Amino acid sequence: MKEQVYLYPIWVRLWHLFNALLFLALILTGLSLQYSNKIFTLIPFNYSVSIHNISGLILAAAYLFYLFGNRFTSNGRYYRFETNKLFVRLAKQFRYYSYGIFKNESPPFPVSAERKFNPLQKLCYIIVMYVLMPILIATGLGLFFPDILPNKIMGITGIQFVDLFHISTGFTLSLFMVVHIYLCTIGKTPLSNFKSMINGWH
Amino acid sequence: MKKLFVLSLILLLSAALVPDKITGRSVEHSSENSRCFKCHGKIVYNYFNKVQDQHLTKRMNPYFVIDSVLFYNSNHKSLECFDCHSYDYKTFPHNSELQMELMPTCLDCHEGDEVTANYHFEKINEEFLKSVHYIRHPKEFTCFMCHNPHTYKINVRKNENIDETIIYDNNICLSCHANINKYHLISSNKNPNIIKKHDWLPDQITHFAHVRCIECHTQTTNKTLVAHQILAKDKAVKKCVECHSQNSMLMASLYKFRAKESRNQFGYFNASILNNAYVIGANRNYYLNVMSWVIFGFAVFLIVIHAVLRILIK
Repeated sequence: MKEQVYLYPIWVRLWHLFNALLFLALILTGLSLQYSNKIFTLIPFNYSVSIHNISGLILAAAYLFYLFGNRFTSNGRYYRFETNKLFVRLAKQFRYYSYGIFKNESPPFPVSAERKFNPLQKLCYIIVMYVLMPILIATGLGLFFPDILPNKIMGITGIQFVDLFHISTGFTLSLFMVVHIYLCTIGKTPLSNFKSMINGWH
Repeated sequence: MKKLFVLSLILLLSAALVPDKITGRSVEHSSENSRCFKCHGKIVYNYFNKVQDQHLTKRMNPYFVIDSVLFYNSNHKSLECFDCHSYDYKTFPHNSELQMELMPTCLDCHEGDEVTANYHFEKINEEFLKSVHYIRHPKEFTCFMCHNPHTYKINVRKNENIDETIIYDNNICLSCHANINKYHLISSNKNPNIIKKHDWLPDQITHFAHVRCIECHTQTTNKTLVAHQILAKDKAVKKCVECHSQNSMLMASLYKFRAKESRNQFGYFNASILNNAYVIGANRNYYLNVMSWVIFGFAVFLIVIHAVLRILIK
């Protein structure tokens, strides 16, 4: 039997849990705002605004906590980007997800204490956490303080411009979350990765 | 030299005879009006006091000062002072009893007036009679409480700059609701603090800057160009979705006179709002919405196929 590795320290698990709950709240309220309707709304508009604002602010604070944790603990090393044979490694992992997994092949980049993420995961997580999340938070703060936005940006109102980025990024991250949850079922058992995020052991 | 004189004369005459866009009548800066403005157009006035046998300069009551520039830019610029005020004001000192004169109401001139028929003054009056202002203060509240006859000009239909319209129209409400002196002309109640009363409203500053009070505080109908039935506070619109939805009520009020299109070439609904503001829920984008659902649907489809294959092959 393969030895278990303690991969997810308590602060990562707590941050991940809060991040997931906040994200769910933000997606549901965001959808309610975007598709607000006089006949039916998922969550009443006024509640959606309050929940979205509060969740967004906590998410921003949690993101700072995450950055701090990655900077000052060893967890940060899992996000170091290696360009060497990147496309080959990405193609290998992609081949596994789209073909090898159905042939019961072993994963090309098994999880270990040194390698928490496979190359596709790492690339996605880096884009998500270091590109998309800052855009989402910055645009969200802009919409929270609309008075600080310029009246016009590139011929359209500042709020519209910023909101366009906010909802596009929010949509991309929502899509990521769905795919992320599904890929988490690809473990030793469909639930093993979820258990790992509760007890910390992989 | 003679040519120059004639040219100057033509220019002066054309400046003095500006066609009135509303009535179509020529506007003349009447000499009668000039006589009034000589004193009432300034904060001080001069007169010869026969008793004291000397010229005196006195301060004009600020409420009786009429800005001639604003007047000649107003809807009533083609009127003479004596069209509304007693001709007896021609004599100075004015007879103190003149202050008791009954002033004409809007309908005295505009009822049945073909020139201003488009404005439906009779319907406006019907709405006004149902408004909270009239119901609470039937004797004191007149059109002139909101529409200063010396300065008022139609705004929302003519002004391309909607931000200016919002400031202009909101200032009409604030002239009482943020001014205790005027408020107390008709009520001895404590003037409600508007900021506190709107505590429930998210992004108060943005809302106040981008919509007019009447958007939420009037009953919008198709009978009048601008709604005049001011609602009691408990009947004011408080449901956000009334504006924040594809079928936004702003299109029937603030943006009523802007070009109507269900969505513009970029796919934005209620696009005429976008020149000045962005209303979440009202300005959703058709193409982005469709694209997002297609992408999301495709991703879910792939996940389902992948999951089914995993289960079947296992």
